[in-house]
Parts: sequence; structure tokens; C-alpha cells
Amino acid sequence: MNKLWARTMSVKLTIMQQMEQVAQEHGRILAPLNDELVLANCGLDSLGFAVLVARLEDTLGVDPFTAAEDAFFPVTLGDFVKVYEHGGR
Amino acid sequence: MNMAGVEAPSLRAYVANAPAARFIWDRAASVRFTDLARGTSLAGRLADLARRSVLVTTASQLTTALALIELDGIARRLVILPPDIEADHLGAVMAAAEIDAIVTDDGARPHAALTLPVRVTCAPSIVPLDETPPVAVRTEWVLLTSGTTGVPKMVVHDLGGLTAAITSRSAADAAAIWGTFYDIRRYGGLQIFLRAMLGGASLVLSSAGEPVADHLARLAQHGVTHLSGTPSHWRRALMNAAIGTIAPHYVRLSGEIADQAILDTLRAVFPQAAIGHAYASTEAGVAFAVNDGCAGFPAAFAGTIRDGVEMKIVDGSLRVRSPGAASRYVGNGQPLTDADGFVDTGDIVERRGERYYFAGRQGGIINIGGLKVHPEEIEAVINRHPQVRMSLVRSKRSPITGAIVVADVVLTSQDEAGNAGQIEVKDDILKFCRAALPRHKVPAAISFVPSLPVAATGKLARRLG
Repeated sequence: MNKLWARTMSVKLTIMQQMEQVAQEHGRILAPLNDELVLANCGLDSLGFAVLVARLEDTLGVDPFTAAEDAFFPVTLGDFVKVYEHGGR
Repeated sequence: MNMAGVEAPSLRAYVANAPAARFIWDRAASVRFTDLARGTSLAGRLADLARRSVLVTTASQLTTALALIELDGIARRLVILPPDIEADHLGAVMAAAEIDAIVTDDGARPHAALTLPVRVTCAPSIVPLDETPPVAVRTEWVLLTSGTTGVPKMVVHDLGGLTAAITSRSAADAAAIWGTFYDIRRYGGLQIFLRAMLGGASLVLSSAGEPVADHLARLAQHGVTHLSGTPSHWRRALMNAAIGTIAPHYVRLSGEIADQAILDTLRAVFPQAAIGHAYASTEAGVAFAVNDGCAGFPAAFAGTIRDGVEMKIVDGSLRVRSPGAASRYVGNGQPLTDADGFVDTGDIVERRGERYYFAGRQGGIINIGGLKVHPEEIEAVINRHPQVRMSLVRSKRSPITGAIVVADVVLTSQDEAGNAGQIEVKDDILKFCRAALPRHKVPAAISFVPSLPVAATGKLARRLG
């Protein structure tokens, strides 16, 4: 139970940290991050997201979008985090 | 037309007229020019190769060099097989070039076990000849391109065209000792081989599988004065401690973009040397050499005729019309030039101020959500970082923008601190990129690697992605 919680938190924290980092590098201001935040409104543009996904592959070891059969992309930050927690399933 | 060619001196004549004590060396053997003037490396079979279409396929560069010297003016056609040809393509090459004789050496490669009417073994032990055979034909020299897919193109030259850019033949040239990191079976290396032979200068060749350190040690031992290679060759050599044992007077780069970083590094390592970068392609021949130590070339080069060579820029791509250009492809109806006789090199240039800079290859563009990027322009920025020796920028698939760029980087000092130091350098390189490049050209990720693969052509191995 504890372990699962730690993994969940670390994935979510990593994603949020990387979002801050990419936003800063790209000179963008991020909206306050919460599960309901619609990604299209979070402050990162498509290039920012492309970089974020590449960075997350480095840190989390998975790119769930490129690995997936169908083209899909989550709408909210909460959904985005879930995709990573489930390793692309 | 043909008569003029027949009257031109053959390669053997140049070698025969060289001063005494001129040699071609590789790791295992050496051959003295004067021995070759009245001798043969072809086991007395020179006459059997007359007017034939000869495939030269040897394990060592030295035996190819000897075969070329002996067969220019004798064979109808010389097809020079580079060491990295895929065995699958050999049949097509031989059929298209109507090969009816083969010259090989003791290190015979497996595919050399082909049955042909004439098969001659070339060896660096020279047997005296009673008389050298008269020059009978204008030999076609056929070079293979280094295409990444399919059967390589076969590009037809003759000795006059191949040597069109070699103008100065002074006494100083004859005292030179040339060396090259190239393989002479590719255009860039062949230029150096011919430069040495026409100038009556000695030449140090590398041997197959020879470590860089051993090659550098031999270059030092022979006192190399003129040394050529691609920027990747040079970067690899600079990573070797033995670079300190050579002191060339002339350092030449070609075959890849010579960025300011490599020019500055070579200037610092060889403060006494003249440093030049040349532009050439197998099809277009040598277009120019730049000797001012700056990357790119003066804008005035385009639109003017210099040494018979004319250049123009069409849709960003460099086009060259030159007496050194190839005449055609073998077994391929494709035209080599545009309607005006210009070869489209596929090398993209950008003008900044009074200079053109090479940006990359036409086919090498990475598309990032509609924005086009040349990996080479990003590498040029990364390479300017003082702790970077060389870099490779490549495309990585992205679900969002189709592609993004990532970089593999070799540091100057491999033991650059531990993890903490590496993260710091990584951040610093990214900062460097952000200061010099628009956002989409900044690598999304940087990986440190111990080395980068350099292809047999001397160019950085780029995967198409």
C-alpha cells in the first residue's frame, strides 16, 4: 500500500517538476497544477509537451504515447499522470 | 576528344618522374616510386588487363594505389571498390560496369572469389619490367557513391577531371609527405592520393583495422607534413594523446561541414600549420578550398568563376559546374547535372553577411511540428562548448510534434567529474543552445556517450529517422 502510494506520488511529482522545468526553459508561465487542469490551458505549447514527453522518457523510462497502438492524448493533467502511472496501458 | 586524353600523361608517368626517395607506405609495406617506374606489382600480367573493365577490390589501400598507378592508360575502365560495399550489391555493380577482369590482393575478401576471365593478384613486391606498356586508352575511373540505401551509384571520371583542382606542382610540393585519415577508395581520399602522386610526394596510408594511435604514430615516424581528413576524423584524432607527436605544416578538412569549433581547435593544436577546408563531392569534384580559418566560404564565390569552377545557390542548395565534375553515371540513365551543366550537391547553405555557411543536407532535415531543422546546425553550436569534442544530433519520434531533436555528446575529457559534474555540463550545454538557437532547435535531451560511430567514409554515421 505504502509502496504504491510512493510510486504514484513520485510519478506525479516528477511530471510536475519537469513541467515547471520545461516551462521555465521555454519562457512560459504555468497555470496552477491540479488534476482537473486542462492540458491545453496549462501554459505549455505543443513543442513544450514534446520536450516534456522526451524528458519523462529519460526520467521515468517510458514513453506511453509512442508505445501506444492508437493515437490518443489525455485532456487533463490527472489523466496525463494516470497514463504514466499505468506505464502506457 | 579521345586523342587529347591519350596524349595526357598517365599516372605512371607522374610517378616515374618523381624525385628519388619517394615512397608510399602502409603499416605492412612500402613501395619506392622509382621501382614502380620500371616495375610492376601485378605479377607480370599487365598486358592481360589491357583494355579491360577492371574491378579493383583489395584488402589494403596500398595495393589499390599500385593498381591505379599501373592501370591508368592501360585498362578501359577501373572500378574502385570501397571497403564497405555490401556484398549484395557487388553483382549489380559488376554487371552494370561490364567487369571482365579483377585485381585483388592477398587479403582477398570473400566476394573476391568470383570467377572472371582474368584475375590478377597485386602485391607490394615490385618485379622489374623490361619496358612499360605504352598508354593506349583514356581510362575511365569509376567511383562508388556512399548512398545509404540501394545499389551505390557509379560515377565516371577520368584522370584529367580528377586532377583538375590540383594546380600547383612546385618543388615544395615534392618535398611534402602526405597523410590522410581517408580511405583512398573514396573521392576525398583519392584526391589526396593523386595530389601526392602528381606532386611527386610521399604518402602515408592507413591500414585496415589500424587503431588511430598506431596510425598517428606512423604519421609521426614518417614526418608527415600535409594531413587530411574529415572533421570527424580530426575530432577522433584529437581525442588521442598521440596527436601531440605530429606537426603537419598543412591541415586539410573536407567531406563534412568544418565548423568554427574544429577549425579553432586545430589552430590551437597546430599553431604553425596552414589550415584549410575544401569542398568536394564525388559527382561535382572539388569546388573550392578556404584557407582563412573561418567556417563557410565568402559569398563572392557564388556567381563567379574561380579556377574554372562556377557555383550558384538554387533553393538554398549549392550547385557546382566544374571541369572536375564527373561525366556521367554507369548503367543509370539519370542525368548527373541540370540543363546548364551544374551538379546539385544537395548541400544546403545559408548566407549570413558576406559569407555562406553550410547548414546540412537536403535529405537530412528533421521536421518538428512543421519547423525544419538541420542536425548539423545544432551540432555546430554544441561543438562550440569548450568541454565538447563532438556531437550527433538526431531525430526522435514524438507523439506531439512528429519529431524532436536529441543530442549525443562526446566530452573532451571522458572522466569529466562524476554524475554531479555531468549534470552541470549538460545544463551548461543546454544554456549554450538556448542562447544561440530558437526553441525548437534546442535538444530535448542530451546523452553523454564515450564515442560516436564514424562511417568508412569518414563521416559521422547518421541514421535516417
